[in-house]
Amino acid sequence: MATVTVRQLEKRFGDVHAVDGIDLSIQEGEFLVLLGPSGCGKTTLLRMIAGLERQTRGDILIGGQVVNDLPPRARKIAMVFQSYALYPHMSVYDNIAFPLKAQGVEKRSIPERVERAAAMFGIERFLKRKPRELSGGERQRVALARAVVREPSLFLLDEPLSNLDAKLRTLARDELKQFQRRIGTTTIYVTHDQIEAMGLGDRIVVMSGGKVRQVGSPQEVYDEPEDTFVAGFLGSPPMNLLRGDNCTVGFRPERFLPLLAHESQEGLVPLWFRIDRVEDLGSARLLYGSLHDTFPNEKVIVSVPFTVHMDFTPGEVYEFAVKEKEIKFFDKETGRRTEPRPFWVRR
Amino acid sequence: MSAKRGTVTSPAWRVVHFGAISAFVLFAAFPFFWMVISAFKQTLDLMNPNNNPFVFNLPPTMVQVKMLFEGTEYTKWLWNTAWVGILVVIITLLLAVPLGYGLARLSGKTGERLGIMIFLTYLVPPTILFIPLSRVISYLGLTDSLWSLVVVYPSFTVPFCAWLLMGFFKVIPPDIEEAAMIDGLSRFGAFVRVVLPVSIAGLLTTIIFSFTLVTQEFVYALTFISSSSKFTVSVGVPTFLVRGDVYFWGSMMAACFIASFPIAVLYNFFVDRFIAGFTVGAVK
Ligand SMILES: Nc1ncnc2c1ncn2[C@@H]1O[C@H](COP(=O)(O)OP(=O)(O)OP(=O)(O)O)[C@@H](O)[C@H]1O
Ligand SMILES: [Mg+2]
Repeated sequence: MATVTVRQLEKRFGDVHAVDGIDLSIQEGEFLVLLGPSGCGKTTLLRMIAGLERQTRGDILIGGQVVNDLPPRARKIAMVFQSYALYPHMSVYDNIAFPLKAQGVEKRSIPERVERAAAMFGIERFLKRKPRELSGGERQRVALARAVVREPSLFLLDEPLSNLDAKLRTLARDELKQFQRRIGTTTIYVTHDQIEAMGLGDRIVVMSGGKVRQVGSPQEVYDEPEDTFVAGFLGSPPMNLLRGDNCTVGFRPERFLPLLAHESQEGLVPLWFRIDRVEDLGSARLLYGSLHDTFPNEKVIVSVPFTVHMDFTPGEVYEFAVKEKEIKFFDKETGRRTEPRPFWVRR
Repeated sequence: MSAKRGTVTSPAWRVVHFGAISAFVLFAAFPFFWMVISAFKQTLDLMNPNNNPFVFNLPPTMVQVKMLFEGTEYTKWLWNTAWVGILVVIITLLLAVPLGYGLARLSGKTGERLGIMIFLTYLVPPTILFIPLSRVISYLGLTDSLWSLVVVYPSFTVPFCAWLLMGFFKVIPPDIEEAAMIDGLSRFGAFVRVVLPVSIAGLLTTIIFSFTLVTQEFVYALTFISSSSKFTVSVGVPTFLVRGDVYFWGSMMAACFIASFPIAVLYNFFVDRFIAGFTVGAVK
């Protein structure tokens, strides 16, 4: 087990700043998720930590030791690739045994350790098969078994679930989380799927354009976004961001409910909401419209849970409300959070 | 419908299937049959234009085969061809494997262009190159030595095989090398333990192909070698079994059969992989 620290890390490919000055520190046993849109530098950051890519500038420390000049094999890490990268010419058994053999682990202990790793992921039955004779989910487990077999001090996973179908993905996500809890190895997990990030991470690092936008627990980044990028990236549908004259105002679609649907009337900000269109998703209804009297030109999406039994007619104006503390304010120019600047008339 | 017709259980389909395969087998095996039968015919039988060339019109004889082995240095030529071939294969592998790998992993357009340039050198024919190369050979003091062939043949086997191997290496995802490096190997170790075993088809193709190129080669072998004991099969046979306008057909056929049969068998064993080799190279 190990801590990981990254200082002023930078990677340039020609003119592209793939990673543009990142500082991070990961605690022992932590499950850290790197989240961001495609091309924001998540994979590059992970590959630098693994030693597969040399940084242009900055330091990487694993377990307190600077590993800038160490090759991947000397960093005591294990990595699961998006493609799983199983060795196609070897059986599942040999795939799992490979890291042990490559590191010259005592021969006699190998079979037992392979069996133990295989049992951990329920793939004992497949040990004799070749990777091409396995389904996607089974391959993913083999890749995980190969990663854990040598008891690394750091796990790196690059979108390991993205090749699975939606159902299997949810299952695998759960297994992965339980597994990490059990062995307690420090883990860095890359994904562009926010649901995965929210579900798995102890902390989430939201990245964009090679920079870190925010680091925090899933609740922190969701409830208290530090800038408009984070606010607009998390949640589906994401936070409503309304550009006003002196600042940008934001609130979550599921926190903006009909006035009467709120449990308590305390601290509420009532607003007139004009509905243009209604979408029924079964578990919730999405209402598209605008704030009639305050931000008439900005689109607003509202997510009303199915437990609210109210009829909404497109074209009509309804009285909705949001808790005052749920309204976030962002600087118009920089997009950073600013102090509240109420735009409503207090009643 | 088509699936039903495609099943091997339908007798009509079986007949068609069998017929088609037999036709191809006959087509492919016929030259070998003709070579073998001609090798055991008496000269009179061979020379008479009224005879059916595909059957024995006079009793078979061993004279021609005896003449090949006792009247010429055929065994020596076979041996020469074999060891030149093996040495050239080894040199080709040693150079073309790293070259092909490097080309495959060079990112961007550079690798592609270099690959094409290297392949182009293969297209320069020996009939142009043997004059400058003969200067090189005499400078190296290898005139009339089989070593001259060992030195010269890689000039065309290496570019071709490097290009061929590049196709094989390109389809191997770099991920698995990186996984191996993380799992505890150096880059070279990952190459030897993971990349090479995965590209075994490419290596076999390279071996068979460069060996075949060597056994067929004529121009260099003719110009650089002058003593008959140092001939390869491809030069020795036409030199000794064609005297003026007299062709020793029987012995020639025996010589050709013996030289080509092992290669034909090799191709047969690896034909699937061989074809895979060419298509990989072609589409990538
Ligand atoms: N080897 C490379 N050469 C040149 N540019 C590269 C290279 N690798 C990555 N990049 C560039 O660096 C940027 C970050 O890439 P990276 O693969 O880290 O993104 P990512 O966040 O993992 O995206 P995704 O979610 O699509 O996997 C991209 O603009 C990409 O084009
Ligand atoms: Mg990526």
